[in-house]
Amino acid sequence: MSIFVDENTRLVVQGITGRDGSFHAKQMLAYGTRIVAGVTPGKGGQTFEGKVPVFHTVAEAVAKAAANTAVVYVPPGLAAGAVAEAVDAGIGLVVCITEGIPVVDMTRTMPFVRERGARLIGPNCPGLITPGVAKVGIIPGQICAPGRVGLVSRSGTLTYEVVNHLTRNGIGQSTCVGIGGDPIIGTNFIDVLAAFQADPGTDLIVMMGEIGGTDEQKAAEFVKANVTKPVVGFIAGQTAPPGRRMGHAGAIVSGSSGTAAEKIAAFQAAGISVMERPADVVRLVRERLGK
Amino acid sequence: MNLHEYQARELLKAAGIPMADGEVAGTPDEVLAAAKRLGGSVVVKAQVHAGGRGKAGGVKLAATPAEAREHASKILGMTIKGLTVGKVLVVPTAQIASECYVGLILDRESQRPLFMVSPAGGVDIEEVAAKTPEKITRLAVDPRYGLMGHQALGLALALYQDFKQVRAAAKIMQQLYQVFVANGASLAEINPLATTPDGTVLALDAKVVLDDNELERRPDLAALRDSSAEEPSEVEAREAGLTFIKLDGNVGCVVNGAGLAMATMDLVKYYGGEPANFLDIGGSSNPEKVVNALRIITRDPSVKVILFNIFGGITRTDDVANGIVAATKAFEVPVPIVIRLTGTNEDVALQILEGVGMRAQKDMDDAVKQAVALAKEAA
Repeated sequence: MSIFVDENTRLVVQGITGRDGSFHAKQMLAYGTRIVAGVTPGKGGQTFEGKVPVFHTVAEAVAKAAANTAVVYVPPGLAAGAVAEAVDAGIGLVVCITEGIPVVDMTRTMPFVRERGARLIGPNCPGLITPGVAKVGIIPGQICAPGRVGLVSRSGTLTYEVVNHLTRNGIGQSTCVGIGGDPIIGTNFIDVLAAFQADPGTDLIVMMGEIGGTDEQKAAEFVKANVTKPVVGFIAGQTAPPGRRMGHAGAIVSGSSGTAAEKIAAFQAAGISVMERPADVVRLVRERLGK
Repeated sequence: MNLHEYQARELLKAAGIPMADGEVAGTPDEVLAAAKRLGGSVVVKAQVHAGGRGKAGGVKLAATPAEAREHASKILGMTIKGLTVGKVLVVPTAQIASECYVGLILDRESQRPLFMVSPAGGVDIEEVAAKTPEKITRLAVDPRYGLMGHQALGLALALYQDFKQVRAAAKIMQQLYQVFVANGASLAEINPLATTPDGTVLALDAKVVLDDNELERRPDLAALRDSSAEEPSEVEAREAGLTFIKLDGNVGCVVNGAGLAMATMDLVKYYGGEPANFLDIGGSSNPEKVVNALRIITRDPSVKVILFNIFGGITRTDDVANGIVAATKAFEVPVPIVIRLTGTNEDVALQILEGVGMRAQKDMDDAVKQAVALAKEAA
């Protein structure tokens, strides 16, 4: 079992003929993800890697190839429009990898996504993977293994670090989800926590947060009230200076709010086991699973 | 990107917001001339991206143009929090009857631009929020419709009783909203929005922070960047496509990915060291980026050791290894380099490093411990 992507995922890759899109489409195909279509306006009629039909629009990919999930590798200035196009074509899950989308664009796109009842993951995220079944995005498949720990994170490589610790120690994952580092994202911690709580294939949840905003604090409240499965957490950025954007547009401590200390305290108050360093994940997961 | 006050004033003025007079100047003589034009009694304000300008002596009141010139000769060239003042803003001292706060921020929770207005203006709004939150009125604006007329009136009614002033303030709020969306701001603030003794409503101050993601498609806004007002190493890093923030420690860090970069700094601290910087080489691995990263870090005399922490995903670790080798050939790296590298093409990377007598670790904790120990030895 898993969340969001599984054996029924029929993926359309937006920007499949671009540099990033083609590279990662090949990686996803090699992993076994069912890519049913690609989209690049102006390149409809081509075939990618000899087997994936390319269309001008997502609507065609839905009509002719029955795509139900989209992944966006489109440059920042066009990416919000690509998300809207996918949703308008009836795609239920859109994963946006693109980094650097102007926030103004996202404020206009999010209501559009919501009104059509779709889910957006990202932008500025590594995507998600259900190990052994499907990967949508850029998480390296070889560091993951099938299992029963669900993982949700705001970052990319830090996620890999933690997943790698788990896999090397024989702890597999149900689904790993990168929700993205931007201030406005389509799916937040609470959405993913709720999905893992409802997933019979997930026994424990690992939550990787960072400084900036209050999403982690709200997630902690949600855990306290609604999550019966054990949760292990981490907050990156304890040494970050206030007022500076730490790479991720969302990772900024403003005034006294959004600090690591505040978030760690919220985690602890909600009964979440907090790692002091990424390597602690193995010990804490074992403790909480009673193994 | 933070704008200077004088730049923010220009954006607000262009949108039609009534703004107190003011002139920007770069020399004491320009300040003298500006002060004369503005009526003699003026305030000279340092234009620098640092809080606490007033406390640092960067904001001075002058009764005469000559006094303004004298203040300017001290303020221009002074350093506030490590940043040199290159320009001052000269504004006339104003007769003020009331001071309000009007601010617009990007709210992560509602995912909308959020107005915050308060009759308690002229002071730090965070303080007002902490001590007297009931004095702040909030409104999240639906970006599809903008700030509607009745909404603007509602906000203005929280500030003024006189209906002429209510109408004037409502108009200013709609104009401020335009400034916010048309320029892709993450913050636009008027503090204070003042009334003069004759009842006129006008902006005395302006603050605008732009969304960095907007600059790529808006060269006009990108041109507002004042690189002389930033840490030189950070400017160089940005031009090289790196995200770099200078810190006070002695362990230089080169990492791929922002989350891992923060976690690496935290782990340096965990093992008793102090990070010298935040540096994210980004996702795509170009050996040239690694060379530039090493060049920038090597120039910081407080750095005693350089720690690489690379988890290859999109980033190919062999590209990073090639970058390290190229850098050590191109210039002298006077401090030890500790390398942690795992993931995509790590076997190739290890061979490349071994070829020049360098070694790499696979484990993040081991590498950080070693780097901290080396930094302590050298200190």
